[in-house]
Amino acid sequence: MVIARSTAAAPTRPSRAERNRNRRGSVNAKAPAHRGDAKLAWLFIAPALIGFLVFAAYPTLRGVYLSFTDFKVLTPPKWIGLDNFVELLGDDVFWSSLLVTVYFVVLSVALGLTLSIITAVVLHRLTASTVVRGLIILPFLISGVVAATVWSWMLDTQLGIVNIALEHLTGQSIQFLTSRAWAIPSIALISVWKSLGYTAIIIFAGLQTIPPTIYEAGRIDGANEFQMFRRLTLPLLRPILALVVVLNVIGAFQVFDIVQVATKGGPANASNVLQMYIYSKAFGQFDFGYASAMSLALFAVLIVITFLQMRLLRASESDTN
Amino acid sequence: MTTTATRPRTAAAPRSAAAPIVRRARRRFSFGRFVAWAYIVIVLFVTIFPFYWILRTALSNNYALITDPASLVPTGFTLGAFQRVLGLATPEQAIAEGGSGASIEIGHFLLNSIIYATLSTVFIVFFSALAAYAFARLRWRGRELMFSLFLTALMVPGILTLLPNFVLVKELGLLNTFAGMILPTALFSAFNIFFLRQFMLGLSTETEEAALIDGAGRIRVFFRITLPMSSGPIITLSILGFITAWNDYFWPLLVTSDDSVQPLTLALAVFKQSSPQAAPDWAGLMAATLVAALPMLVLFMVFGKRIVNSIGFTGIK
Repeated sequence: MVIARSTAAAPTRPSRAERNRNRRGSVNAKAPAHRGDAKLAWLFIAPALIGFLVFAAYPTLRGVYLSFTDFKVLTPPKWIGLDNFVELLGDDVFWSSLLVTVYFVVLSVALGLTLSIITAVVLHRLTASTVVRGLIILPFLISGVVAATVWSWMLDTQLGIVNIALEHLTGQSIQFLTSRAWAIPSIALISVWKSLGYTAIIIFAGLQTIPPTIYEAGRIDGANEFQMFRRLTLPLLRPILALVVVLNVIGAFQVFDIVQVATKGGPANASNVLQMYIYSKAFGQFDFGYASAMSLALFAVLIVITFLQMRLLRASESDTN
Repeated sequence: MTTTATRPRTAAAPRSAAAPIVRRARRRFSFGRFVAWAYIVIVLFVTIFPFYWILRTALSNNYALITDPASLVPTGFTLGAFQRVLGLATPEQAIAEGGSGASIEIGHFLLNSIIYATLSTVFIVFFSALAAYAFARLRWRGRELMFSLFLTALMVPGILTLLPNFVLVKELGLLNTFAGMILPTALFSAFNIFFLRQFMLGLSTETEEAALIDGAGRIRVFFRITLPMSSGPIITLSILGFITAWNDYFWPLLVTSDDSVQPLTLALAVFKQSSPQAAPDWAGLMAATLVAALPMLVLFMVFGKRIVNSIGFTGIK
């Protein structure tokens, strides 16, 4: 209704608007129309600015500060310098958590990215159907909790359909979520299942920006599908792939809900990812100082990795020029 | 169905381009196409099968599930699982169908989720639009500085702000309230502001200028012209925001312990964890899962195409 009104009002005015603009010409910048702007602008960004200061900037600084304190929530934080970080260096659980997390990140990102690229390229070559693309993003719409619940049922050792199928085919079943060896790979599979379509659609959109004439030229030069993929598609997609890799790595390092629901970090810490450990330190043992120190360490790891990835992938440039 | 419909159309272009090349290449090409279609069918199957399995299990009886776990259709068909999770079954009925004593008042949590997701979406999109307008249309000192300051927030991942934000919400006395759940994400989103500002910069200013000259104030112009003209990206951001909030688990887990405000994701996780290890109530769990996923599936039916396009767009931006 609002739209109708504003467009209905518009036709009576263009002539006047045009006349006015012509008259004012290039002095537009200091035109009277912008006189009250500053006050209004601060009013308009006030909510965002408050949100930024109170819930983004302040917590970030405070998080850094709390890392250097002994803070048990109920009593005020006490400055202890680097003690948390010294403790961190000698904390076996932390290192094993970091290792488990890195294992998960590598598995889920490598597998997820490979499958996403294949899916996007295949879709791009075969069909422009929005229905197919719509169907493959379905898992993105549901929560990690729902995904983890369904897959715990499907991967159940006795009654899960996956294991029943496996037993039919190979005669053996796998303890997907209850064995040390399989816990992390299984969680990675669930995570890939959930994010595959989403990543594929982003890459697909990137593929659509590549002009088809490039492929025609390649085909005339006698390149086959695989050569064109390696020599044309991948280099041209580089900026988007870099973005996707960085986002996926950052997301994977912070995995929590799938692990919490599917394995609770078990069996015997085999899937105790860093975010789980931070959570249990903060809310299980109320050791907020130490948990903050771990968050800061994870943040530092993420910054370094992101920086390296951007350098390695030369994210901002594609190979066109 | 769609596959066969679209095949000739998309196949036509490369074929005609490849026509002068030898036939051998063409035959190999169609073998490749077969493999490619097989791959897509497998991907679609793996993607969709779990959703079918939710439905199939939710309509089954737990005892029948144990004796006939491989059945591809509901076994021991019953609506008991849904009655259990909706609180319509008596404890005796529940146990008779293999439910545990644990129940989940799903209607109540559904309402909490709706309140939480709706409020946070409406607030964040509105406040982002306000800020985006200030950055795109108004001229004021400090605009560029403020904008780059906001963009730095994109670099800081949630991991660093979650714990201090919890402490802050606790200090404000907002634990176990909707305000505490919503506030940290309701005011500021660097991505939303950036996204809307880009769109507004691309909008023609003619109508706005005409209205200004006619004596309409800036605020009026914003509400009557700019906001309606930006309805496309606003709807996109609202859908994405709603999905994110609906599926959010970690933040509500931190700030709520009382089920009066807990959203469905939390209730579902608790229900899963309280289900006995030895014989979980899988039918009940799947019924609850279905109810939790249903609003997203409806959203998908209505806005599917828009969601697909908006995801692609967020990647390119």
